[in-house]
Amino acid sequence: MASLVGSRVERKEDKKLLTGRGKYTADVNFVNQTFAYFVRSPHARAQIKKVDITKAMKAPGVVSILTGADIANDKIGGLIAGWRIKSEDGSDMKVPAHPPLANEIVNYVGDHVAVVIADSLDEARNAAEFVKVDYKILKAVVDTKGAMDSDQIYKDIPKNLCFDWLLGDRAKVKEAFEKADKIIKIDLINNRVIPNAMEPRAANADYNPSTEEITLYTTSQNPHLARIIISAFNGVAPENKLRVIAPDVGGGFGSKIYPYAEEVVCSWAAKKIERPVKWVADRTESFLSDCHGRDHVTHAELAVKNDGTFLGFKNETIANIGAYASVFGTVTPTYLFGPCATGVYKMPAAYTNVKAVFTNTAPVDAYRGAGRPEATYTIETLVEKAARELGMDPAEIRMKNFPTQFPFQQTLVHSVDSGDYVASLNKAMEVADYKGFEKRKRESANKGKLRGIGLCSYFEACGIAPSPVVMMLGCGIGLWESAEVRFNPTGNVTVFTGSHSHGQGHDTTFAQIAADQLGVPIENIEISHGDTDKGPFGYGTYGSRSLTVGGTAIVKACDKIIAKGKRVAAKMLEASVDDVEFSNGEFVVAKSNKKKTIGEIAFACYLPGTYGEVKSPLPEGEEPGLKETSFFDPANFSFPAGSHICEVEVDPDIGETKVVKYTAIDDFGTIINPLVVEGQVHGGIVQGIGQALYENCHYDETGQLVTASYMDYTMPRADNFPEFDLGFTCTPATSNPLGTKGCGEAGAIASPPAVMNAVMNAIGTEISMPATAEKVWKACNQNKKKNSEAA
Amino acid sequence: MKKVSVEINGKKVTKEIQDHTILSVFIRENLNLTGTHVGCDTSQCGACVVHVDGKSIKSCTALAADVNGSKITTIEGITKNGNMHPMQEAFKKLHGLQCGFCTPGMVMSAIDLLQNNKKPSDTEIREWLEGNICRCTGYQNIIAAVKEAASKM
Ligand code: FES
Ligand code: FES
Repeated sequence: MASLVGSRVERKEDKKLLTGRGKYTADVNFVNQTFAYFVRSPHARAQIKKVDITKAMKAPGVVSILTGADIANDKIGGLIAGWRIKSEDGSDMKVPAHPPLANEIVNYVGDHVAVVIADSLDEARNAAEFVKVDYKILKAVVDTKGAMDSDQIYKDIPKNLCFDWLLGDRAKVKEAFEKADKIIKIDLINNRVIPNAMEPRAANADYNPSTEEITLYTTSQNPHLARIIISAFNGVAPENKLRVIAPDVGGGFGSKIYPYAEEVVCSWAAKKIERPVKWVADRTESFLSDCHGRDHVTHAELAVKNDGTFLGFKNETIANIGAYASVFGTVTPTYLFGPCATGVYKMPAAYTNVKAVFTNTAPVDAYRGAGRPEATYTIETLVEKAARELGMDPAEIRMKNFPTQFPFQQTLVHSVDSGDYVASLNKAMEVADYKGFEKRKRESANKGKLRGIGLCSYFEACGIAPSPVVMMLGCGIGLWESAEVRFNPTGNVTVFTGSHSHGQGHDTTFAQIAADQLGVPIENIEISHGDTDKGPFGYGTYGSRSLTVGGTAIVKACDKIIAKGKRVAAKMLEASVDDVEFSNGEFVVAKSNKKKTIGEIAFACYLPGTYGEVKSPLPEGEEPGLKETSFFDPANFSFPAGSHICEVEVDPDIGETKVVKYTAIDDFGTIINPLVVEGQVHGGIVQGIGQALYENCHYDETGQLVTASYMDYTMPRADNFPEFDLGFTCTPATSNPLGTKGCGEAGAIASPPAVMNAVMNAIGTEISMPATAEKVWKACNQNKKKNSEAA
Repeated sequence: MKKVSVEINGKKVTKEIQDHTILSVFIRENLNLTGTHVGCDTSQCGACVVHVDGKSIKSCTALAADVNGSKITTIEGITKNGNMHPMQEAFKKLHGLQCGFCTPGMVMSAIDLLQNNKKPSDTEIREWLEGNICRCTGYQNIIAAVKEAASKM
């Protein structure tokens, strides 16, 4: 049987999605269901003096209205921060209480105040108009940079400071800087963006009074995490009485990793009113209340020698984490950011200091890349600036500082097992025709356009591991993954994974892996995920972890199946176990033609005895059945890396920037399905270009979200892009048996600096993201003015 | 309340609905065809595109009452005898979808493009699909799929 790993297998999940048979949470309906509509704060910061529901309760169709007081009465716990960060001085981070329905204060526009539950959505929405909330409006804190010097939002949190974290060695960095020929400095804003999965968040909770069980359908990347949080922290129901199902999910990009207030409230309310409660966000609610991404203000410095050798790096960042500390809100700007801040380079000394601040804005959490795009943007724009100031070619300065020996002990944390940074940059330069740029630039100039080229070499750390280490660093969960491989008696197979697919194509790629391992045709393998009642506990999908961690768990479970199969085959074929070999789905006794297929073995395992034609006694002490589980905790992260090169053309008369050429060369180790991997890269690049050129989450100074619809928030669209050129270099990972590395986030990590370096190269001025037409036009105009004054 | 009669995916139906029922709600809730998705509230994303009398429209922007007497085709209605439409086949072959949420609208828009322009260029495809947002695919494989479908249809 030909190996499926490495081939462009068309996706198994596509037919249902293409024919309108996908089942997303909003498509799920229960008999007798009610509809929830949330009353949200219109103010960024206010005290709740009174919530009056009398009039609303009398509106037609209303079943129940619940408020923060009810949440408190029922002792429903608050939403949690999943990662405890310690400050440089050893003190614990400070976080405010985060009740699912606000009781005393509201802290951002969109914060949840009450829920109106009615027989129809129209009635719920209508009644919500009559919920009267008396607010005392307080001055909002909005600005990231100014947050520490603004009004104090929470009584016990001085300077609005969650933590002041350090990674690295300040003294060593000081020494390195003293030896430098030149110090390159940069001030950056990593603009806040809104994830905007196309499927708005939704929940539908059904309570069964006879079993006292809640079934919650939700738009989650991580149903088991939702269950444990809603059970253990919010206290809505014990874990064994709570079933969480994340059916088809329309994209996540980090924003659907953890449960939000709405899931908690719908589950709790369903139990209270003993009727199903359905809630579906409209797009404006998504803008207001999905966790946002990025939002850093950074000052960074690079100490260099005149020949371009890097000596040291410092990074002082203020990270806006919004009004509350979300589940991964505190780890994103620390352990997911700091270690990658020195990029793909040998850097003798470095530190990263992050001050995380609270503001009256939506919470900020992981968004595609989570911390690593921010890190890469910092180092890669700084390196480019160093090249400019030293008069070196940007490729040359990178090459000079790449490590060439692997494993490579990176400055701050990671031991990078494999990579070849030189190879990917070389290949990128070749594919991008780097040498031909000057000619293309002249051609653009002839058309009155400014052409620029920008590079980005990146590495990232994904598939966070191992659990004992991350827990020591403050993580409140493990980060292993589970798999159960279940043979049915007739020989077909169901594979349960604790990860979750919401576009990544697990139904196909995981089936490719299992098919190769077990020698079973891919059509006979079903991948099951997203239901806490079906498979074993798992940790969901984010941080490019599913394949390296979850895929490996599948391999390990298959190994156990094969080991048992050998014992059973040996008994049936009257051979010694050591003589039984397994390949292509067959157990063969060495140097003989005696064999059994894996299907025959599965059948035997379920019929352990002799009955007519069936002769399949199991070995003594062997349990019947053929089903194995594995929990895999990797020894290390995986470290994808690569080089991307972007070319832009700027029209100085109107400020419009067009990406005209984009090359991405990535090293994802072993690739299971190139079709799927290319898709991941395309999507990531577009999200990154979106951040660099178009997308911006803007709050005004009172904390109103100005960009709360697609009329105001610029999403990247089909006509914004050229066709991208993709290529791969491969150095297999050594930390997992497949040799794979994560690929989901790379595009979003590499593209913002590549694009911005190209824009700055084109216009010759530093400019912040997003490089909108207005900003670019102003910069071009200023340059024109300067040039004419100089002349 | 209003009585609305339409032919939906070849079947005639009549439903009693509220006057203000939006077409996307009518399709999803009154007709139980949940393949048509709703991704926004400002008529910007295109997840809800269906064909009314053969032409693509954003169903979140029309009143059900206004399409009384029309022929409506949704994503569920373009397969023939269990076989996918060439556009659906092309999306599958070239990985033009990931999470699948934008996909029904994308496919319905793309089919209408080919009704208007049998051999569209890359630029024409990109411009036509400008009203359909996809957050997953980066559009590249969608464009390739539309071209592939054009060559087959
Ligand atoms: S739902 Fe119709 S355009 Fe977005
Ligand atoms: S495939 Fe997910 S939005 Fe297009």
